[in-house]
Amino acid sequence: MSANRLLWPLAALAALIVLNVVVTPSFLELRFQDGHLFGSTVDILRNGAPTLLIALGMTLVIATRGIDLSVGAIAAIAAAVACTHIASGGDAITAMLLALGLSALLGVWNGFLVTVVGIQPIIATLVLMIAGRGLAMLLTEGQIITVSDDLYSQVGAGFLVLPIAILISLAALAGVALLTRRTALGMLIEAVGVNPEASRLAGVRSRTIVWTVYVFIAVCSGVAGLMISSNVNSADANNIGLWIEMDAILAVVIGGTSLAGGRYSLVGTLIGALVIQTLTTTVYTIGVPPNVTLVFKAVVVIAVCLLQSPRSAALLRRPARAEEVAAR
Amino acid sequence: MLRTITAAVGAVLLSTLAACGGGDGAAAPGGAAQGDDRITMGFSQVGAESGWRTANTKSIQEAAAAAGVELKFSDAQQKQENQIKAIRSFIQQKVDVIAFSPVVETGWDTVLLEAKRADIPVILTDRAIDSEDTSLYKTFLGSDFVEEGRKAGQWVVDNTQGAVTVVELQGTTGAAPAIDRKTGFEEVIAARPDIKIVATQSGDFTRSGGKQVMEAFLKSTPDIDVVYAHNDDMGLGAIEAIKAAGKKPGTDIKIVTVDAVKDGMTALANGEINFIVECNPLLGEQLMDLAAKVVAGEEVPARVVTEETTFTPEQAKAVLPERQY
Repeated sequence: MSANRLLWPLAALAALIVLNVVVTPSFLELRFQDGHLFGSTVDILRNGAPTLLIALGMTLVIATRGIDLSVGAIAAIAAAVACTHIASGGDAITAMLLALGLSALLGVWNGFLVTVVGIQPIIATLVLMIAGRGLAMLLTEGQIITVSDDLYSQVGAGFLVLPIAILISLAALAGVALLTRRTALGMLIEAVGVNPEASRLAGVRSRTIVWTVYVFIAVCSGVAGLMISSNVNSADANNIGLWIEMDAILAVVIGGTSLAGGRYSLVGTLIGALVIQTLTTTVYTIGVPPNVTLVFKAVVVIAVCLLQSPRSAALLRRPARAEEVAAR
Repeated sequence: MLRTITAAVGAVLLSTLAACGGGDGAAAPGGAAQGDDRITMGFSQVGAESGWRTANTKSIQEAAAAAGVELKFSDAQQKQENQIKAIRSFIQQKVDVIAFSPVVETGWDTVLLEAKRADIPVILTDRAIDSEDTSLYKTFLGSDFVEEGRKAGQWVVDNTQGAVTVVELQGTTGAAPAIDRKTGFEEVIAARPDIKIVATQSGDFTRSGGKQVMEAFLKSTPDIDVVYAHNDDMGLGAIEAIKAAGKKPGTDIKIVTVDAVKDGMTALANGEINFIVECNPLLGEQLMDLAAKVVAGEEVPARVVTEETTFTPEQAKAVLPERQY
């Protein structure tokens, strides 16, 4: 079943890559440049890393029947904290730890609103989505803070053969996969998503689990914010992580995880995030006019979602069977 | 819509700092004041959404203080209704002149008619309004984005020879500066058919956007000669992409941008950007001059362009130490 669901996103990814190769034959070319790989595919991996990381956290949050809209704002805050600290003479390690500490704290706040106060996740995280960007702007005084710190710029723009950013995201993905698929944690998360009350009565600490996933996604968002900001060596509180919550949710949905909670697919999320970033790069490479960019993206996304839906899958299967029968 | 909310809340938080200033001041004389009286000006700003806007606000406040104009400053937090409210309250307080940067282009006729009936002249700054009745305001002071595009295009025409491949990093799709800067640039380079814009995409006026688009251009378009970015930030993003591709920004690929904010000027002084066309937020002094003339009943032109210049690396080095924004 899950393999089937991943078929269409994979097909979309393949189709986009083929389209790129047709328009730009050198699209898949890779070469070594200053000791690291250089090419369009590497760009896709690096620019897709923040979305992937946030989508990873979002997958777990959605699996518990929640949603987190504040990820973009948390990314902006993390970037603002790190850059203002570095700009005022601090060292990069402390700056990043400060940023991640604050991100975790914001996650605790989101988790508190959802689990203890019992506000619906979409509203609870909307609070921080709106107020958080204001907070980030307050930290940067509305200015773009530019930093030049070699260590800091490694996070988003550095390479260990492959971009460091994607290595971080893939490591997080592998870690989460091990932790949730090799232990019972994944099942417990799904149980909370299917029925929080029943799983609580069955002895699952649903509150702790839900709270933890909100802290986890906040830390993911913080790291993503550091990646985005270090990639361009600056913190732009107005724009860092803007709309990234939408991309992350979309990646999760394309990956076949249901917004109703319960079963989730980490591989699906990885494919979803890659589809979204490849789509963006495709727009730039094949030269889609800027004024129809959004329409182009929407058409691709809606095509994937329609093909993926159970009903259209059934429709596609039926005529195929009929042909088979006719052929006999 | 969420973006508007986000921006508005940000503005609220910021404006709590700014809102402390001002105060009521003395009751202003009604109608057009005479030259010997202090001018009272009501100014409604869009918000505090960018460094450019902050510099713009500061310039107006400082110029007012220097010119002895009593300034009633109001921050609209990106909302038209706040701005209309502010203008109504300026009318009630009988200020001598109202100036504002409209948040949006339309929907101003009613409130400006009220100002006209109260005999208070109105000056638009930075952004225009879309109204058939041009008698509703005395003048519009602001940048000419088309001219900025022309200046950038002229530099490319003057400083390149032979066939030139240009890639363009556009601003936010549909924004007036993006449309006009593109138009002006294309208009001028049309004189040289060997200059071609081979790729153009929106980088949303941000560094990340500029970097991502430039990365893709570097792979899809061989031998780029010139990058034309609609603002400094996208140009700064492009610099990073060019460096990552193992090329030298400013030498292997020439970069022309618009704005002249401090970070852009620093890159220009370092030779990573070749030419910057200024988009000047410091229109305070010009605004105070115009206000004095309007209040005194003198004729002013219906369109006043902000004094704007261009910068080469040498000029950037000279002015960088005292660059305010």
